[in-house]
Amino acid sequence: MQLKSNIPSGDLADKWTDYKSSVPLVAPNNKRKLEIIVVGSGLAGASAAASLGELGYSVKCFTYHDSPRRAHSIAAQGGINAAKNYQNDGDSIHRLFYDTIKGGDYRSREANVYRLAECSVDIIDQCVAQGVPFAREYGGLLENRSFGGVQVSRTFYARGQTGQQLLIGAYQSLSRQISLGTVEMYNRHEMLDLVKIDGKARGIIVRNLKTGELERHGGHCVILATGGYGNVFYLSTNAMMCNVTAAWKSVKRGALMANPCFTQIHPTCIPVSGDYQSKLTLMSESLRNDGRVWVPKKKEDAEAIKHGNLKGIEIKEEDRDYYLERRYPAFGNLVPRDVASRAAKIECDAGHGVSPTGLAVFLDFSDAFERYGKTEASIHAMSNATKEQIKEMGVKVIAAKYGNLFEMYEKITGEDPYKHPMKIYPAVHYTMGGLWVDYNLETNVSGLFALGEANFSDHGANRLGASALMQGLADGYFVIPYTVGSFLANEISTPKTDTNKPEFAEAEKNIKGKIDHLLGVKGNQSVESFHRRLGKLVWDYCGMARNAEGLQYGRAEIRKLRKEFYADVFVPGTSDEYNTELEKALRVADFLELGEVMMLDALNRNESCGGHFREESATPEGEALRKDDEYAYVAAWEWDENEPILHKEQLVFENVKLITRSYK
Amino acid sequence: MKLNIKVWRQKNKSTQGKFETYPVVASEHMSFLEMMDVLNEGLITKKQEPVAFEHDCREGICGTCNMVINGQPHGPMPGTTTCQLHMRHFHDGETIIVEPFRAEAFPLIKDLVVDRSAFDRVIQSGGFISVNTGQAPDGNSLPIEKGLASRSFEAAACIGCGACVAACPNGSAMLFTGAKIAHLGLLPQGKVEENRRTQAMVAQMDKEGFGMCSNIGACEAECPKEISLENIAYMNRAYIKATFSGEEAS
Repeated sequence: MQLKSNIPSGDLADKWTDYKSSVPLVAPNNKRKLEIIVVGSGLAGASAAASLGELGYSVKCFTYHDSPRRAHSIAAQGGINAAKNYQNDGDSIHRLFYDTIKGGDYRSREANVYRLAECSVDIIDQCVAQGVPFAREYGGLLENRSFGGVQVSRTFYARGQTGQQLLIGAYQSLSRQISLGTVEMYNRHEMLDLVKIDGKARGIIVRNLKTGELERHGGHCVILATGGYGNVFYLSTNAMMCNVTAAWKSVKRGALMANPCFTQIHPTCIPVSGDYQSKLTLMSESLRNDGRVWVPKKKEDAEAIKHGNLKGIEIKEEDRDYYLERRYPAFGNLVPRDVASRAAKIECDAGHGVSPTGLAVFLDFSDAFERYGKTEASIHAMSNATKEQIKEMGVKVIAAKYGNLFEMYEKITGEDPYKHPMKIYPAVHYTMGGLWVDYNLETNVSGLFALGEANFSDHGANRLGASALMQGLADGYFVIPYTVGSFLANEISTPKTDTNKPEFAEAEKNIKGKIDHLLGVKGNQSVESFHRRLGKLVWDYCGMARNAEGLQYGRAEIRKLRKEFYADVFVPGTSDEYNTELEKALRVADFLELGEVMMLDALNRNESCGGHFREESATPEGEALRKDDEYAYVAAWEWDENEPILHKEQLVFENVKLITRSYK
Repeated sequence: MKLNIKVWRQKNKSTQGKFETYPVVASEHMSFLEMMDVLNEGLITKKQEPVAFEHDCREGICGTCNMVINGQPHGPMPGTTTCQLHMRHFHDGETIIVEPFRAEAFPLIKDLVVDRSAFDRVIQSGGFISVNTGQAPDGNSLPIEKGLASRSFEAAACIGCGACVAACPNGSAMLFTGAKIAHLGLLPQGKVEENRRTQAMVAQMDKEGFGMCSNIGACEAECPKEISLENIAYMNRAYIKATFSGEEAS
């Protein structure tokens, strides 16, 4: 199979402008006749459905949630990047493009990333106009902060709830289109299969989660905005229902899964505390603007903390190792996520970890309390403020910036982070891999598009902070409204899709068979227990460090687990009712296949890049060693039960030079 | 810790429901929903049907989880969603009563799961700023006073969980609706269509079967995001203004 990226010709900076002025258009009277299915209602899905509805297309939007406002984009905390250069600190579209390409360790497509950087500036304007209450300066203008992997301040935010505010903005735009009748919304409907007719994506099979009924929905094209697959690890910062099913079912209908081993382990999460744990909670990367990461220099101090005999605050300054500042002086605590996570792992593996499990490092705000407190004292002309007064004032500044995160931390751990440094550890957060798409965001299945985290396109092997929101909204508001025209302009005389066609019947029968099978096993193990075991395998062998032996073993174990699942799972209840165990079983079944492809992809890529660290490929200092001659390609996998097939898209770099990524 | 969970079981809207009590052994470090997971895992092991409840992000922001715990929506801790409530706030040997959110406008689906789509329809009636993609001027072309932006944000922090409705003896949605009207109306870009918005949203709220506000304040007390009653006052002012504006809700 030849993978065509369909990148327009011309200079990098002109490609998107030229594309927009030459892409075929669909006339308003024809738009009404064209039906678009959007699956997912997060930032990418809601913004796409709303924008396409505004253009006049007939849109149907599906979500498995009870309301489109629940999508997991809502949980994004820190912010959204845009190359506005409002801070006059040297930012530009080119710099955002360059930072993103470098941050992704040169494993993403130049043209897609450049377009993302271009769209970033329009997103902020759009969101402000929708009423998103971004943080502001005293002069009434928009405020910015910094995120990892960059040296400018380009992140716009709404306290620690930026994702929530952006999603509500998109949800409100979507709601407006629903009220205008251009978008028909289907809540509590989960996509379980893709329907192809004559090679083109023409519909989906969904299960009405309230009644259990299977429904057929046809359209002229299908857009997936169904998020990432981080929950394959069981424990992650993803919401409990996040899953790969819509994307995976498309893979089983011929779409390709690109770079599935590129997963992001986020360095600042609340550590695991027990076996019962159902999910992990992120502490926003924005905290690294003000927090300093450290571990005790002496192992005996770490040991004492582990056993509760010593507290972090009792350790003297000279006995603390601010290892990120020590190893990466240029970026310090704001190194990218992959680098920060690996560094934490190295310290904990060497015995410097600070929680009862030994798997935690400190994130300490005491310097920030003092720094901000002094500024406040100076603003209020309190030249003889006491140390306590200074800290108190500093605490207030930090509380205004990150108050909700500090509260969340205290609720979960029971410890006050204003008094004691936070304890954090890396956890699965985001998946850079996803459905393979071309420049139009169209998969190799004609008429099937993938947006946001569901596609692989913009973040390479590592995503920089505050760019997931940017990508979701760029794809939905500003890219797909144009690129969908490249497909639909040729479909204006295609009649409405007939859902009585045999392809729909076959897909529905197939999924009904699968449901009946899962309910019929009546084995002895819960769905949850299989999911936990799968997650542990993927974490142990395809987590922060990977090697050939482990990946081979992991793959074999997943195949065994999959067999066991179909022989011994117990799914209670029936198919024709509200049944969350059945929903979970269908999702875990797909994770059990995806997990195998992740292992295979990680095994194939015998280099280290971004979040993918192969122990066999490291520099003498233990940093990731990329092999551009062999692996500067996108690995796109075709599913096959016995042996998935690898297809390659060679990455061409015409504008950036591939150099060793250094944050030192 | 050993607990007894007395939980509402109801197959669907048309059948009679009842309380069932189950013993659960939990740890104080668990979240309330992780304790419910333990309960369900136990039921599944005994080949019984687990208790249906809704949840998703488990970090207090998506607004999916909804339980009345010992008579209070989202349980005893102020400013806390069910998913962020931890078992350390309960004691060994306690019997905990768990019920669904009850309100006429939130019909029951199963066990603890209710249908809150009335909230979506209230937003669809006018809870937005009418701006199409691509129409926006530069973000900094409209300075907004910091305090105003902050007040707007505080109203916008609503997660749409419905605790305000469940807490209210009248089943009123005025805190939810008021928060949206204030979020948008406080901002200059949202002021433009405020009259129309307020009339439409209030009308939809009534149509959905939500009750009126009688200034009890349970909504604010139980709101996991501590949305202020001032938003209801804001809405009432905006409503009176809209009524005399001569503008019609479309």
